[in-house]
Amino acid sequence: MSGLSWLSCYLTTGKHMSFYLSFGTVLMLLAITAPVALAFGFGGAMAARSHFLPVSWIGKTYIAIVRGVPDIAFFLFFVIAFDQAIEWVRHKTLCPDWTDPIRQGNDFVVCDAAKAPLSTAAQWVHEVYGFSLAVFTFAIVFGAFAANVLYGAMRAVPRAQMETAEAYGMTHRQAFWRILVPQMWVYALPGLSNLWMVLIKATPLLFLLGVEDIVYWARELGGSKTAKFTDYPHGDWRMWYFLALLVFYLLFTKVSEVVLERLMVRLSHGQATQAGEKQRKAEA
Amino acid sequence: MSCWITIQDYALRSVGIGERLLPKEDFTLCQQFTLIGSGMIWNVYFGAVALLAGFFLATALALGKNADNRLLRKPAEWFIFIFRGSPLFIQFFFAYFLFLSLKQVSPVFAPFTAAWLGALVTLFFNTAAYSGEIFYGALRSVPKGDLEAADAYGFSGWKKFRKITWPTMLRLAWPAYTNEAIFLFHATTLVFFSGFPAWRQKGDALYYANYFADKTFNPFIPYPILAGYFVLLTLVIVSLYGLVNRRLNRHLPQGVRRKIRLRPNLIR
Repeated sequence: MSGLSWLSCYLTTGKHMSFYLSFGTVLMLLAITAPVALAFGFGGAMAARSHFLPVSWIGKTYIAIVRGVPDIAFFLFFVIAFDQAIEWVRHKTLCPDWTDPIRQGNDFVVCDAAKAPLSTAAQWVHEVYGFSLAVFTFAIVFGAFAANVLYGAMRAVPRAQMETAEAYGMTHRQAFWRILVPQMWVYALPGLSNLWMVLIKATPLLFLLGVEDIVYWARELGGSKTAKFTDYPHGDWRMWYFLALLVFYLLFTKVSEVVLERLMVRLSHGQATQAGEKQRKAEA
Repeated sequence: MSCWITIQDYALRSVGIGERLLPKEDFTLCQQFTLIGSGMIWNVYFGAVALLAGFFLATALALGKNADNRLLRKPAEWFIFIFRGSPLFIQFFFAYFLFLSLKQVSPVFAPFTAAWLGALVTLFFNTAAYSGEIFYGALRSVPKGDLEAADAYGFSGWKKFRKITWPTMLRLAWPAYTNEAIFLFHATTLVFFSGFPAWRQKGDALYYANYFADKTFNPFIPYPILAGYFVLLTLVIVSLYGLVNRRLNRHLPQGVRRKIRLRPNLIR
């Protein structure tokens, strides 16, 4: 076999199928993380706005700490910290009569029943566990950024709108949910779309969290193979695999840009902003 | 072993001076502080050199993107799009394997497969693209009145650019450019996690923090130390850029001066 038929056979091997599936992993991470991070951000922004001082402090500290500390250190730190926190809690509840200390010098020792996931668990459980940790880490970090954006957006809604709500006799809560929340999105969208771009570009860091993602497979498949171990020997092709990833991300960014632009037009409809006014005039 | 000896052994470990072996057991706080601090040398090196070199390319890119000539505009637009549209992490991987392949072709590229040059080049292009976009935005918002006044005074060509357009562009771009600088220093931590090998365990701050976290299973000490160093570094950057900002704004009345708002981004 040679030429195109060789390549088409090569590109459809079982391992390549796993590679293609890992693109799904990345998309799934984005699909899960984005709403969860948005929820975290909403919670954080609401906390930061709270009239009850301690809650407001918690919200503001969350935003400040996560945004101030450098990038991937957070990813590397959180995954171990969460894992140990989960095992520690399980250890305390499941093995109360265990007397040895958990930190023995350089080791972190918990009883067998407290291991997360259990050492007897199936392979997929381990993978799902690792992936969930990653999602949670991403959500916490990006939640802080989203909280900052939403906090700003809530303050950007014109004061007159809230005053009108009060004049109509709405309670604080009603005004928040019926007036502030529907209107804040148009102010939040530029910040959120920026965040979405950053989130897309953060997905390769899954590799550092030990998930078998596209970076893992690109390294694995691209490395030189000798005829002894595979039917498809080739030299060091990692450069081409990473070029493919680069193109994938560029396309993804481009598509996102177009979609977000459309969304912005949709959201501006009927809003008391310059863009909304322009649309109104064009229609009239 | 006292802390002073540790400092003598490991303070320059990341550049290959001092004790060869990294500590293997009984890690002290002093060792962690010293080694992670030693790693910061690389972060500062990558960040400072890439920023300095990137500044000039960024100006060129901004002018290119603003040019009427398609032959100048399109390459600049593509350059900026490619480096801003893809993750730095993937860029590092791609650059490393690209240089590995080029090394087969010509030995000239051998030093590029080492982090000190290869990663630096990648960071240089990357920061040039990001700063180029910032400068381009600023270039487009240079007040019309300033340019008309320059014309009225008989400025043209290079002199107009050097004396009027460029300083105003920098002044407008400076707050965003400060954030870009912070952002770049944070991004330097990616280098040794992306293909580029840490030869003889000469790594950056995150490399050593990760080393300690792996060895002790205790992330709660090395990572906060690393975070502390970066907070300090950020403060230094902010004050240095603040000085430049003061100088760029020195002709303006107090009220209109542009303040730097800290808005560091996370990942590029």
